[in-house]
Amino acid sequence: MASQTEALSTGVTHKSTAVYRIKSGLTEGMKYGVLIFFSLFFILPWVWMLSTSLKNPQELVLWPPIWIPDPIRWDNYAQAFKQAALGRYIINTLSIALPSVAGAVVSNALVAYGFSRVKWPGRDAVFGIVLATLILPGFVTFIPLYIIFSRLHWINTYLPLIVPVFLANPFYIFLLRQFFMGLPVELSDAARVDGASELETFWKIILPLAKPALAVVALFQFIGSWNDYFGPLIYINDTELFTVTLGIANMRGTYGFMNYAWIMAATVITVLPIVILFFFAQRTFIEGIALTGIKG
Amino acid sequence: MALSSLKLTREDRRGLVTGLLFISPWIIGFLAFRVVPFVMSFYYSFTFYPILESPKWIGLANYRNLLSDGRFMSALYNTAYYAFFAVPLGALIGIFLAMLLNLKVRGLSIFRTIYFLPSITPVVATALVWLWMFNPRGGIINYILSLVGIRGPGWLGSPLWSKPALIIMSLWGVGGAVVIYLAALQDVPREMIEASQLDGANTWRQIWNVTLPMISPIILFNVIIGLIGAFQFFTEVHVMTGGSGSPADSTLMMSIYLWQSAFQFFKMGYASAQAWVLFLIIIVFTVIMFRVSGRAVYYGGR
Repeated sequence: MASQTEALSTGVTHKSTAVYRIKSGLTEGMKYGVLIFFSLFFILPWVWMLSTSLKNPQELVLWPPIWIPDPIRWDNYAQAFKQAALGRYIINTLSIALPSVAGAVVSNALVAYGFSRVKWPGRDAVFGIVLATLILPGFVTFIPLYIIFSRLHWINTYLPLIVPVFLANPFYIFLLRQFFMGLPVELSDAARVDGASELETFWKIILPLAKPALAVVALFQFIGSWNDYFGPLIYINDTELFTVTLGIANMRGTYGFMNYAWIMAATVITVLPIVILFFFAQRTFIEGIALTGIKG
Repeated sequence: MALSSLKLTREDRRGLVTGLLFISPWIIGFLAFRVVPFVMSFYYSFTFYPILESPKWIGLANYRNLLSDGRFMSALYNTAYYAFFAVPLGALIGIFLAMLLNLKVRGLSIFRTIYFLPSITPVVATALVWLWMFNPRGGIINYILSLVGIRGPGWLGSPLWSKPALIIMSLWGVGGAVVIYLAALQDVPREMIEASQLDGANTWRQIWNVTLPMISPIILFNVIIGLIGAFQFFTEVHVMTGGSGSPADSTLMMSIYLWQSAFQFFKMGYASAQAWVLFLIIIVFTVIMFRVSGRAVYYGGR
């Protein structure tokens, strides 16, 4: 019986090998064809951004458009810093992003620990509430929040952008909880036998092991703060205090289309830290994205 | 639950105190920045509240006015239009690209980088670049279309083409979903695929009967998150139109009109009513998605 099926299957493969090879060659080619087609779609805006950032005003509206400006105007980058105070915007944004990263890591680690490695009655029900708040749209709460923050005289300060980050975020809680639950229970038991308090166990045993997951939170929070537009738009009116995103969006209104090369130069500078960060922390990114998306 | 909480053991009680202490940052944030504003916004939605005066109770008037507000109706329509196309297209292309990458592909990490990077660039930057790409004068998109003999439309200057332009732009950010779907596909057990191949399933049957059901919970999760995001689509439009929703209100999204009502017209009560309509729409769609998908989604053996 076994040899019969074996003979049958080898016979089949033998006959169709040639056909199969042509077919697989074609599908292979199509596969890469489609992948490359989409790659061009994804790459095009980067090329266009760089190209535009180096053009002079006349070249901006040339038809057909040119890819490589002649001469290449590096001066647009200097102008981006001069015309739009880009340097100040960067410092402003960092002074929001860096405290936010610290706040997100500490607060979410604590909360996730409480939801995963401490046993208490009602824990999973409360965690259900955490998850439910994931779908609560920010647009429902932003008007009262604006009113609360203005009563506190926090408008035109960075506090509305930083303080809430120190009070945990359902997405990060979920991510870290997932990671903490994967660590063996024996670790905590051993620490308890040694007389360690819960806080010591958290600090000395669990946190060091959770570094990869904490790195994901730090990375996402940095990018979240760097990229944020709605928060600064609502809470910051003073141009001195603008963040990069607010600053470059504002350039559009100020300079219009004739100076779009400056705007593109400023955009390149805004995007650059994110791109660099990605290449340094590529694995953390991919794993983090998969971790948040997949276990939902 | 009320009964059992009366008879907590000493260990339970100690655990409860420790647990609550650990989650206290979340409790404070939840109460101060979610529950309180949530209740306040519900209350404001029944008031006349020009920001400098205190809110005055006017019952259902805001909601009644919304029904006869043409701009609000446009905003509803534009948001629905955008979500109806952007979310399914994003899911389809995301799954398709992830499936391609899941076949043995040389240079996988290069493709993945190319696809993924746009999804983490600041939305403001994306909007500014695409604004210039869509420009009918000297923009690259109409140039490429002209190479294949198509006279490109006015895109963001045309009430007819402004929303399609936004949808095309949204697809540039599909890479985050690609990475999630790819990770899900890599988790599908090899034996299941091999078993279906032994049963003589062709590639399409295999995708339809094995692969898609296996990753269906992740698809559902992503589509719901995508839908919630689409209903709150804001930054791109705000940057590209300076917050106006032009031309002819054709890109006036619910979120944009809400922002205008609150921060340009200072009608906090009216804006809060809009926020609640938006919230209810999101809830209804989330519930529908879960209900409809109840049968289609496969949760490992349950």
